[in-house]
Amino acid sequence: MSAITPEKVVPAPREISTKPRRSDKVFRAIVTGGGLSSLAILGLIAIFLGYRSFEVLRQEGFSFITQADWSITTDDAGNVIESHFGLSAMLVGTILSAFIAVVIALPVSVLSALFLNFYAPNWLKKFLISLIDVMAAFPSILFGIWGFLVLMPSVEYWAKLINHYLGFIPAFSVNPYIFSRSPFVAGVVLAIMIIPIITSVSREIFAQAPLDRIQAAYALGATRWAMIKAVVIPHGRSGVIGGAMLGLGRAMGETIAVFTVLNIVFQVNWHMLLGAGGNVASLIILKFGEASPYEIKALMAAGLVLFVLTLLVNAIADLIVKSTGKSGR
Amino acid sequence: MSTLAAPKPTKPWAARPKDRVRDGLLLLTALFASYGFVALTPMKGKLAYFATFFFFYALFTSGYQFYSRGSASAKDAAVNSIVLIGAALTILPIGSILWTVIQKGAPGISFGLFTNDMALATPTDPLSSGGLLHAITGTITLIILSLIMSVPIGILTALYLTEIKGSLTRPIRFLVQAMSGVPSIVAGLFILSAVLYPITKGYSGFMGALALTILMIPTIARTSEEVLNLIPNELREAGTALGGTQWRTVTMIVLPAARSGLTTAVILGVARIAGETAPILLLTGGGDRVNPNAFSGPIGSLPYYIWKSFNAGSPEAITRAWAGLLVLLALILLLFTCARFLSARKIAR
Repeated sequence: MSAITPEKVVPAPREISTKPRRSDKVFRAIVTGGGLSSLAILGLIAIFLGYRSFEVLRQEGFSFITQADWSITTDDAGNVIESHFGLSAMLVGTILSAFIAVVIALPVSVLSALFLNFYAPNWLKKFLISLIDVMAAFPSILFGIWGFLVLMPSVEYWAKLINHYLGFIPAFSVNPYIFSRSPFVAGVVLAIMIIPIITSVSREIFAQAPLDRIQAAYALGATRWAMIKAVVIPHGRSGVIGGAMLGLGRAMGETIAVFTVLNIVFQVNWHMLLGAGGNVASLIILKFGEASPYEIKALMAAGLVLFVLTLLVNAIADLIVKSTGKSGR
Repeated sequence: MSTLAAPKPTKPWAARPKDRVRDGLLLLTALFASYGFVALTPMKGKLAYFATFFFFYALFTSGYQFYSRGSASAKDAAVNSIVLIGAALTILPIGSILWTVIQKGAPGISFGLFTNDMALATPTDPLSSGGLLHAITGTITLIILSLIMSVPIGILTALYLTEIKGSLTRPIRFLVQAMSGVPSIVAGLFILSAVLYPITKGYSGFMGALALTILMIPTIARTSEEVLNLIPNELREAGTALGGTQWRTVTMIVLPAARSGLTTAVILGVARIAGETAPILLLTGGGDRVNPNAFSGPIGSLPYYIWKSFNAGSPEAITRAWAGLLVLLALILLLFTCARFLSARKIAR
């Protein structure tokens, strides 16, 4: 018997490659394109606002952010005869009211974040967290109208109290005696708007406090406050500051809520209780309706300044929040 | 043989009846003390009661703790009260806002509100004439248009951050964060300068939707990123092990698994922009009649209606504004409840 050796069939080795298929290449290109859209949008905002406002910025030069008066004179044909655009009063007002807002909101939000994480019973905690999340999504026009019709009378009363007892401090002095629609009122409304934001950022940071250290503190006989002071606050400090910066950025860019409760005056005013303030975003709404094409360009320039300002604040906030992961370890 | 008697479980840390009575007594004393203090001094108003009550409560509880357990415990009790004040100050405005909107908006709600527009009425007319049909249809048009544009971009951004993880991940995450901080008025001005003036030269719903898209993308992208990060990596590895390309794995495994979470992200995005006012004022023109064509002609919307009524100033107009706010708030609460429900179901599974 002759052994019939079957011919060995060796299948050709399948080609294995880690090279992405064509479908994957297309997929990756599309997703990357989508991912780059945020870069494109931010870039386009800067380019277009810069392009539109170039003429005004060149004419006003540096005085656009150092002068306070905002006036434009046109002849009957609509040609610009004379114009002065200065943003300093608005910038000072924006920073002042946003600063007041953060000073009021920061302690309140840190305390309520502590309450949510370490004091509240579980059912209350869940309910309050969803309530605060909803509040973060309340439209700004709601805060504006509520602030104007409901909150402002009380805040004026508080402002009078502060002025009565602390009026000797220059920042709290009021002359002439006008309290309504002051930067302080705007600051209180903004504070109520940013409390949910700072609260939820701080709550998340506090929740990441290392559990073993918390339990170690309790095991050593610490009271709840001693534990918070020794473990939670050192862990969350910079995260809370980052949250406050986020709130500051939001407060600086707020338009409608500030516009309804603030009396816009083109004069630099550092007295926070006096009823005369400014806000870049509100200026745009105020002047937009009857603005001539040339003035619109000035408003675009104001928008550009606001854009750069909020971008800076947000970048700093982002840096601070990012660096929290390493702190307290 | 000794039998071990099973010890009865006890909770030595639970509050005993005696403790409860003591806490109640402290609370009552603080109430009486604040009442008496306000009555005796020239202070007046709810705020005074509130402040003195918290002050006395903190004083009494920490005093008691100091007497019974020493200074560390007293400090703890004082901080306890201060934290409670913080929580109360956070909740009070929410309560006040909800209460005011319901109380002042309810009289303005009627059936006619949802069937009429303001074409033949002005905000100062009696409440029986006119309505906000144009505003509701306009808001829905704006939301749908901006959804069509922002959902793909937002989810693609999230996919880039979670699936591709290219070298640009960190800068893009930062840019999305920065974009969420862009003031709404700047988004409005951008569309005004980039699209409305050079190209369309007229108000329309589409212009408003473009600005809202810019505001909505970061919310959708960030929430979707969080959701996609929760999808277990085993699913992706299983897809690849079965020979799926990345494209097939993402579209047939990862995205369906994250479906309810992605829906939550989209709903949160809608809630973020539903009441956005500033860009709407700049771009849509705010018509008074129902405008089915989003690409030409002014279009009304809830925020614009509220703004216009509020600025008209008469009592009827203010009631209209509150009614509009009530409808807007109801819409946002409804969206939030949907989002909660969906995300709760995802965790339960």
